[in-house]
This record gives sequence, C-alpha cells and structure tokens, in this order.
Amino acid sequence: MSERTFVGGIHPSYFKDSTAGMPIAPARSPSQVIIPLHQNIGAPCEAIVQVGDEVKVGQKIAEPKGFVSAPIHASVSGKVIKMEPYNHPLGNPVNAVFIENDGQDTPDEGMKPNKPLEELTPEEIIKISKEAGLVGLGGATFPTHVKLSPPSDITIDTVIINGAECEPFLTADHAIMLERADDIVYGLKAFMKALRATKGIIGIEDNKTDAVESMKRAIAEGGGGYDIEVHTLHTKYPQGAEKMLIKATTGREVPPGALPMAVSVVNQNTGTAVAMAEAIKLGKPLYERVVTITGPGIKEPANLIVRNGTLVKDLIEQCGGMTDDARKLILGGPMMGLAQPSDDVPAIKGTSGVLILTAEYVKDYPIAPCIKCGKCIEVCPMNLLPNFIGSSSEKENMDLAEKYGAMDCFECGCCTYTCPAKRPLVQWIRIAKGEITARRRK
Amino acid sequence: MERKLVVSSSPHLKSPDDIQSIMVDVLVALFPVALMAVFLFGYRALITMIIAMVVAMATEAIILRKGNFFGDGSAAVTGLLLAMTLPPAPPWWVVAIGSVVAIAIGKQIYGGLGNNIFNPALVGRAVLVVSWGGHIAGNVWLKPVPFGFTADMVTQASPLAAYNASLGDLFLGTVPGSLGETSALALIIGAIWLFYRGHIDWRIPGGFIGVVFILGLISGGFSMGLYHILAGGVLLGALFMATDMVTSPVTATGKIIFGVGCGVVTMVIRLFGSLPEGVTFGILLMNGLTPLIDNLTLPKKFGEVKKSNA
Repeated sequence: MSERTFVGGIHPSYFKDSTAGMPIAPARSPSQVIIPLHQNIGAPCEAIVQVGDEVKVGQKIAEPKGFVSAPIHASVSGKVIKMEPYNHPLGNPVNAVFIENDGQDTPDEGMKPNKPLEELTPEEIIKISKEAGLVGLGGATFPTHVKLSPPSDITIDTVIINGAECEPFLTADHAIMLERADDIVYGLKAFMKALRATKGIIGIEDNKTDAVESMKRAIAEGGGGYDIEVHTLHTKYPQGAEKMLIKATTGREVPPGALPMAVSVVNQNTGTAVAMAEAIKLGKPLYERVVTITGPGIKEPANLIVRNGTLVKDLIEQCGGMTDDARKLILGGPMMGLAQPSDDVPAIKGTSGVLILTAEYVKDYPIAPCIKCGKCIEVCPMNLLPNFIGSSSEKENMDLAEKYGAMDCFECGCCTYTCPAKRPLVQWIRIAKGEITARRRK
Repeated sequence: MERKLVVSSSPHLKSPDDIQSIMVDVLVALFPVALMAVFLFGYRALITMIIAMVVAMATEAIILRKGNFFGDGSAAVTGLLLAMTLPPAPPWWVVAIGSVVAIAIGKQIYGGLGNNIFNPALVGRAVLVVSWGGHIAGNVWLKPVPFGFTADMVTQASPLAAYNASLGDLFLGTVPGSLGETSALALIIGAIWLFYRGHIDWRIPGGFIGVVFILGLISGGFSMGLYHILAGGVLLGALFMATDMVTSPVTATGKIIFGVGCGVVTMVIRLFGSLPEGVTFGILLMNGLTPLIDNLTLPKKFGEVKKSNA
C-alpha cells in the first residue's frame, strides 16, 4: 500500500530554483583528469595501465580487488602521465591515475551495443552492469551488480527508482528525469529483468510535477510488458533515503540493521538507471555523470555532464567562479554532503553535486544545553532519540548511546538541523557509531 | 587566490529556530493573557508582572554574570509565568522573592536552563504558597472590573473555593483568580500560537484537560466537568506550565502519561485535599517523574517488529 511518505523528517528551504529545469550541458573537457582508484563502497581497485600507456575513452583502467567493487574506466583519451596518491572527496589521499587529455575523445573499441534487452538473460545484464563499472549514483556508490545479485534464498519483487532528490539545492536527478526519461524506464526494465522482479516503482517528490509527467509519458511509450508506476511523494527531507522511500512507496519497513532486500525490494537511483541503459544500448561504461554545480557562492549554477576525475576547481571555473563571500565547498547536498578543504579534488562516480555556500550559511553557533524540546525525536525518520544518543556520546557513555539506538542512525542530519540549542547531535552520533563499531571489531 | 574554506561535518544547513526564538514565541503567546489580566485587574496586575519579570532576569544575570539582561529569554518567561500564577496584587516583595526563588533554586542550582527537574515558576509559587500563604491564597482575590484600570477593587472568594461562577464568566475570565488563569479565552488564543509554531503538541494538554474533565464529570456531571477545566489554573497549567519542554517527557507516549498524571493529581487534591487548587503540585510531582517516564516509554525504532502478545 502506498503511503506517500514516512513519519518524521523536515522541511528545509529547497533552494532548487537556480538550476531546476536547466538543461543538462556537457562540462568542458579538462586538459587532465585525475581518477582515484577507490570510487565505491567496498574494496578499492588496482590499476591495469602503466605510466606512459595511451588510453581511450571508456577503456578499463582499473580492476576491482573484491566482489563488492566495480571497475573504473578512462573518461578521456590520452596518455597516462602519473600514478600516485591524490586528494579524494572522502578525505585521505587515494591512489589515482593521471591522464593527459589529447582532446580527440577516441572511443575504446570495447564500447559497442549489446543485444537488445529482450534477448538478454538476467546473468548477462548483471555482467554488463559489472563490466560497465556501475555504482549507485545517489551518493552511496554501492556497486550495482552486487545489488542485482541477491543471495539465492531472497526473492525481489519490486525495484524502486529513486527520483525523490530530497537534498536541497540538487537538481541533477530532476534534470535527468526530464531529459532522459526513456533511458530511466529502459534501465528500470533491465533491473527488473535481472532481479526477476514483477513491479517497478519510480518515486518522485511532488515539487517536481514536470518530472512526474515526463516519467509517466516514458512509461506509456516504453514500459511495454512491465508493471511500472510513478508514485508522487510528499516533498520532505529525507524522502529519498532508502528506507523512507521504501516505506512511502510500498508501506514496507526495512528492519533495523537490514538491507532493503529483506523486504524484497531493491532501490536504484535515476542516474544509475540511465547508466544501465547506456551500458546495454551503447556498451558505454560509467565514466561521466550529471552533477549539479550550485549554491549562493557560485556565479553561474548549472547541471553539467562531468567526466570522472575532473577537478572540482575546473568545474567551478567554468561556472563563473566562486563569489567573494564563498566560505564552504561541499560535494553532495547540504544535508549529507562532505565539506572539502580545497577545490583541488576530483569529481568521482558518487559526486552528485558541487555546492558552494556563502558566509551567510556558514556560521558558528554556540552549543547550548539540551532543553528537551523533543524536536529531534519528532523529526528522526528512524524514530530514535537523538537528544539522548547525542548526550550519551558527549559524555562518552557509548553503551547508553547504543541502547538509545545509535547504530540505527543513517546520519540524515534532521536532528542537528532542527535542534534549537544548536547541538551537533548527528555529529555526536557519528562519534558513537565509530566507537561502537571499533569496539565490536575487537 | 588562496581562499580559506570552512570544513565541518554535515548537515550544513540549520533551522532558523533557536532557544531565544522559542522563548520569544512563549512571550508572544502569553501576551493575550497578560493583556486580559490588565483589562480585568488593572494596573496592579501590570506591576506584578513587571516586578516578576525584571527580578527574574536580574537574578539570572547576576548568577550567570552576564551583561545580557534578556539573554536567551528563559528568565523572562519564568518571571511572567510566575506572575500568572499569583493573585493580581500581592505585596511587591512577595513577588520579588518568588522570582528569586524560581530562578536561583528552581533553575540555576541544577545547572541552569535544560538541567532543572522542576518547573522553575511553579517552584517559586510553591515556596510562596507555603511561606506566605496569606498573601498568595485565601482572601486575596480581586473582583475583576473590565476597563477598571485604576478602580479600587474589593476582595472576593475564588470560584474554586466557592463554586458559584457561571461557565460564561469562567470562559471570558470575569471572575476572581490568579492574574493569568481566569480567562480561558486568552489562554486558548495564546496556546494556538504555540501549537502553530510547533512548540507544544496536543498530548500533554490533551491528557491533562481530558482527565480533569472526566474526573469532574464523575464528581458532579457534565457541567461540573467543564467547571473544573475552566475554573482555577488547569488551562494555564495544562497549556503553559506542564508543556514546559525542560521538565516534561520527550517521548510521545510519555507526554500522554505525564498529562494524565498531572490531571489525576490535580483532581485528587481538588476533590479530596485540603487545598482548593492542585495544579501546582500536580505538575511538580509529575516533573519529578519525568526522567522515569521517558525511560519507560522509549519509542519503537523504524522497522522494529511490534512485540505481539500472541
């Protein structure tokens, strides 16, 4: 049963107007790309090219070192000039392949269309997704082929495409739904076929009515033979969080600590569906993606197709540069994105947005005592007690933090956003999660 | 150009609400109540409210050694709430002592805002009731004179002692009583603002008022149920005192239990106790149980299987 939403959540200002409805444009091809060898949740990759090698667009340059991983491909044609650790969006430097762009965009011979979807077996679809290096493009970058290969005792009946895009400022998914609706439906059909799922759902927040119309049209035209519907959801953060989206579209609740497959569901992002379609239709691996470059600190916001390994400073430069009062650079959205110490960092598969905030948004708040207003409890989508977890963690009582549900927090940040005492609740919870995880490993 | 970027852990947006804005909202919500008090009881009520607020803020500023007199606004709220529970015109020093006690003993000795166990305004009132009962209860109630800003008023028994007021008078507030408790109309208008701003939810007032009505109904029929809601401090207590964030439970179930508990204790005192009014002690008692209630009513996590009795 569809409930259209979940309990809890917040209504921040959405700030999407500056890029909403803006067409997707290709970013300038950079003179050099720096492609980190760790771009997904799970194991990093190992380079299979040498310094001095000539590479072509779409050529595989790194192989995964474990099952939960995905290969990485060149995003430009040219010469490998260096291989050494470089800045990474997650913080610590990671080994990267530096490719000098020859500007020719010579395609790799391996990029050729596969058989049409009708003739592909589930196993073939999974193999294509793996070879194309697909990972979840919503930001968590979970390798797609792993999601498409559930354990044999699990049946998946529903695939949900996440078009909620509940993070303020970001409009990449919105733009994709307007411009690439047919490919989203094609990709969804491929996911359903691979998982032998009978139902496809596309969940979209009701502030994007044009995307809803666009997807309905695409389903009517290209959904033949598949049971696919669009669900219009309440506009509320974090509507696009995996568990909240499943609750809103199917009414099912994923148990604490479990994955969506526990309730027979697999989630995929709109961008991932498009990448799946391109991988089948064109043989194109995942070497570029749509990124929203936005925020009050950027002069000309845009939705750009960005090649893997493009430096963020190149993107900022072609969007007119930062304003004088720009103070914070975030990769991803403002609620869950990662602040960067420098713009000298490459965009990777999981980079959904480049957000620049100005001094007005970057304030230091004094932390006041908890006044037990309970607002954090009201907004917590996991129905936890962020105030108590936070205070326990602050006092380094991690047993108590665990008792109040620290490990079930997925760090949406609603509690910190809403706290009138400006207490860094989710930050304290992160500390608790780290400590508890470390303790469990012992 | 080398530019300094701020790095911090997400989220990078914060809601515009802070403690001061919440306290200002409470003061705004109390404005119609204060206005009604002046309308009914004249300048004496105004003076009582000003003394209570100024002394409360001064006490807090001295204890915290802060130059900012208004601060986060919580002392002003405590002072005004204390005044609301007092007769319109007690001696000035009684009001001042009440405010000092409320802030110093009700709040700061526990560690200040957020750490106090009991509602500070009610701690102040409770000390006054026990110490100077003659000035706080008994034959101190002024007969309200609408628009009688400077009129001399005569003392009269409160409706909870006499059970003789009409429900209409109780609703409008044209009855003797504490300066902020008589007008149900003004209290409801103020509470609507707090509901609208999301600072209180229905559970505590709902539980409190619901139980008072049911027990009143049992004791004397439908109109007695209404009488118990409208007379005395139930509405002031249920809407503005029991809903004090710091001293009430944070869990949804806990809030209902808390509200119901306040109502039960209030009515037990009213119907069987030696005092005519039980709201103050009803709320204070439940304040003391708040941490226990919270811990016994931890919510079910998202996705957690409901424990079945089967």
